[in-house]
Amino acid sequence: MLHIPAWKRVLILGLIALGLLYAMPNLFYNRVESHNDAIVNMERSGVETPEDLAARAGWPDWLPSGLVNLGLDLRGGAHLLGEVHVTDVYKARMDSLWPTLRDALAAERGTIGAIRRVTGPEDQLTIEIGNPDQLARAVEIARGLATPVASISGAGQTDLDIKGSGNRLTVQLSDAEKAATDDRTVQQSLEIIRRRIDEVGTREPTIMRQGTDRILIQVPGIGSAEELKQLIGTTAKLTFNPVVGRGVDANARVGVGQVVLPSMDEPGVYYTLEESPVVSGEDLTDARPSFDQNGQPAVDFRFGPAGAKRFGAYTSSNIGQPFAIVLDNQVISAPVIRQAITTGSGQISGAMDVEGSTRLAVLLRAGALPAQMTFLEERTIGPELGQDSIDAGRLSSVIATVAVVAYMIASYGLFGVFAAFAVIINVILILSVMSMIGATLTLPGIAGIVLTVGTAVDANVIIFERIREELRRGKRVVKAIDDGFSEAMSAIIDANVTTFIAAMVMFFLGSGPVKGFAVTLTIGLVTSVFTAIFLTRLLIVLWIDWRKPKELVL
Amino acid sequence: MAFRLKLVPDETKINFFQWQWLTFGVSAVAMLGSIILIFTMGLNFGIDFKGGTTIRTESPTSFEVGEYRQALDGLDLGDVSITEVFDPTFGESKHVAMIRIGTTDETGSVTPEELNKVEAALKTVDPQVSFAAVESVGPKVSGELIKTAFYAVGAATIAIMFYIWLRFEWQFAIGAVVSIFHDVLLTVGIFSLFQLKFDLTTIAALLTTLGYSVNDTVVVFDRLRENLIKFKNMALVDVMNLTVNETLSRTVMTALTTALALSALYVFGGDVIRGFVFAMLWGVFVGAYSTVYVAKNIVLWLGVKRDWSKPDPKEVKDEIPAAFRDAP
Repeated sequence: MLHIPAWKRVLILGLIALGLLYAMPNLFYNRVESHNDAIVNMERSGVETPEDLAARAGWPDWLPSGLVNLGLDLRGGAHLLGEVHVTDVYKARMDSLWPTLRDALAAERGTIGAIRRVTGPEDQLTIEIGNPDQLARAVEIARGLATPVASISGAGQTDLDIKGSGNRLTVQLSDAEKAATDDRTVQQSLEIIRRRIDEVGTREPTIMRQGTDRILIQVPGIGSAEELKQLIGTTAKLTFNPVVGRGVDANARVGVGQVVLPSMDEPGVYYTLEESPVVSGEDLTDARPSFDQNGQPAVDFRFGPAGAKRFGAYTSSNIGQPFAIVLDNQVISAPVIRQAITTGSGQISGAMDVEGSTRLAVLLRAGALPAQMTFLEERTIGPELGQDSIDAGRLSSVIATVAVVAYMIASYGLFGVFAAFAVIINVILILSVMSMIGATLTLPGIAGIVLTVGTAVDANVIIFERIREELRRGKRVVKAIDDGFSEAMSAIIDANVTTFIAAMVMFFLGSGPVKGFAVTLTIGLVTSVFTAIFLTRLLIVLWIDWRKPKELVL
Repeated sequence: MAFRLKLVPDETKINFFQWQWLTFGVSAVAMLGSIILIFTMGLNFGIDFKGGTTIRTESPTSFEVGEYRQALDGLDLGDVSITEVFDPTFGESKHVAMIRIGTTDETGSVTPEELNKVEAALKTVDPQVSFAAVESVGPKVSGELIKTAFYAVGAATIAIMFYIWLRFEWQFAIGAVVSIFHDVLLTVGIFSLFQLKFDLTTIAALLTTLGYSVNDTVVVFDRLRENLIKFKNMALVDVMNLTVNETLSRTVMTALTTALALSALYVFGGDVIRGFVFAMLWGVFVGAYSTVYVAKNIVLWLGVKRDWSKPDPKEVKDEIPAAFRDAP
């Protein structure tokens, strides 16, 4: 149909105008970026600094400000893939269950006899009872402690899996509870990592869960994966424990519920501590870097009401006694309590520099990771390499476009100009769609765009070749063009659907570069079909209306 | 008459099946050769698939690979390979090396302490050296990456085959898949022959090649289907020859525009993606070749059901009124 209704013409041109508008911010990349950063900054801090206001004024608020997100390979930064040791949590759960279970069983010591925890697998609680014939009763008591699992998949199940055999009772988390716990552990790790990275104020980090127990972290602009690892890899588990003794023997004999921990800044010194803390890091509501009375870097902290109360009660009844501040199984310091601390705030000082105190404050504020993480994949890409890649990508895109345009014009004359125009609009549309959805452009992504430039003309080539054939058969110009378009349609659709299938597979099964490439390829497919079919046709129709050609050389 | 660049004359009457045993033989030999190459020479897997660490160094002064190697020799890093990267886009004051260190332990990546030692050692022989990129992948992940890469190529093939089977006939689907295998195999073979780095981006290139090759094949199939309906009494081989001749101009045009764009990327795109672009460039040529010389031959051998008493079902629907459609 060579007649295109007015509303369709408006729609086609309108879409293109919209595309141009949304692609435009990329021309002023730095200005728009600082504009966006300034807005985020002001929102986060709630303070409007003159610099932020100036940066914000650099780009009008009413214009679109979406940018093509540059991937790490183009901008530089660090990439980490971490695996959360979700099973760490099982042990902690079992250990915390033991006192409760012990008390519950002890209440019926008369029937089930003496109870004793024996060593078994870490994620199990293994208990021996005095009267094996009463095992059923012990199992029943233990089952009484189980609670229903709070998850959709585990509905109707309880959190504990309790078995008895001989004189042994084994308790472990049920499969449903394990799954729910794993999920919570990863979610919590994700949240803590996000907070830790946000605290240092880097721009647009990507923190994503991958699979069941993995977390992908990409932070543009950070110096190295090593820095990133230090930031998130530290556990930052802070506790305040009563001190039993101090010595130089790492293997000192200790009583039940006591541990020996090394001192952080005095080598060779070990403290014996009560294992259960008076207050722990979870009770902190705030931590910020400061200086102590000697002008040394320190960290000020504040407890929430419950923590403050416990801390106050403990310090008032233990005046003159030392207590230990323990961070990640090292004693930072063990000051003597001079007076009751009821304000709920305190200070940690020790051998640290300003940077160290800042980092400790960040870590304490964000909380401790619930489980350990190992890093399976680390990548650092320097910013210079990224800039080189951008420059190379830009240069080759321009050259590729020029070459294709020249070739198309040489082959098809005026129609080649139409096709070339469509190809250029196509590239702009790709960039605008990517800006709108915030897709990330990677180096393979640039290759995807360049490849699209090459194949985008394919639809036009199919159509033009078809028109040529129709003309050779002696058809009139308008009829030949009309038939050319409609005959070519099925080939264009089939060809693009198959490529689309490949792109979808890449997107869903691929990772990293493959995924980035699939995104640009898919967007490019959609926009190239649009420009090749609608835009070129519109241009040709406009030309025919204007020139009313009697004959056509193609 | 205005000037028109025509690489293919308007009307061609090439008998593409004249040399079919030769062309098919070439394809078969090339495929066999690729398999032999892959099994004998193997592939130069990058750290994505093998695990380990790569360091890309940049230095304003020229250096000797031997010096670097000596500097690292004492560190007991296991399998270390150092190559200098040459690229026409580098200026006088840019000298790049890639250092690859094999996996050392279970977690795979080189430890930060080792990395610091490596950097310090290199600084002693070349004080101005900087580290443009450091990447490490553990063996656990690399194994999974290989698996998913295989799945991706396999799933894409099956999905495409299914689509073609739906849209055309099963013979076409087989023809398309054989030509996909042909293209993928030949591309992997080239990687083995030149020992080019085979990593995740190569898989992306392979999948694109696959998409491109199918795209090309489908355009020809589409025309073939149309001609099969149009020329009902022509022998299959003649219809095929006619079809390829009709679409030849388009096949060549598109292959050339794509090749033009990719060549620009190959020359000016920098060394980081050169391997990737090479794979695609090669794939475009192989894809165009297999469209003409592989896919159809398979369809010809399998034969297409051309039952004249029942023309294309689509047309039947259009021509026979609904009331009579179920009549015998």
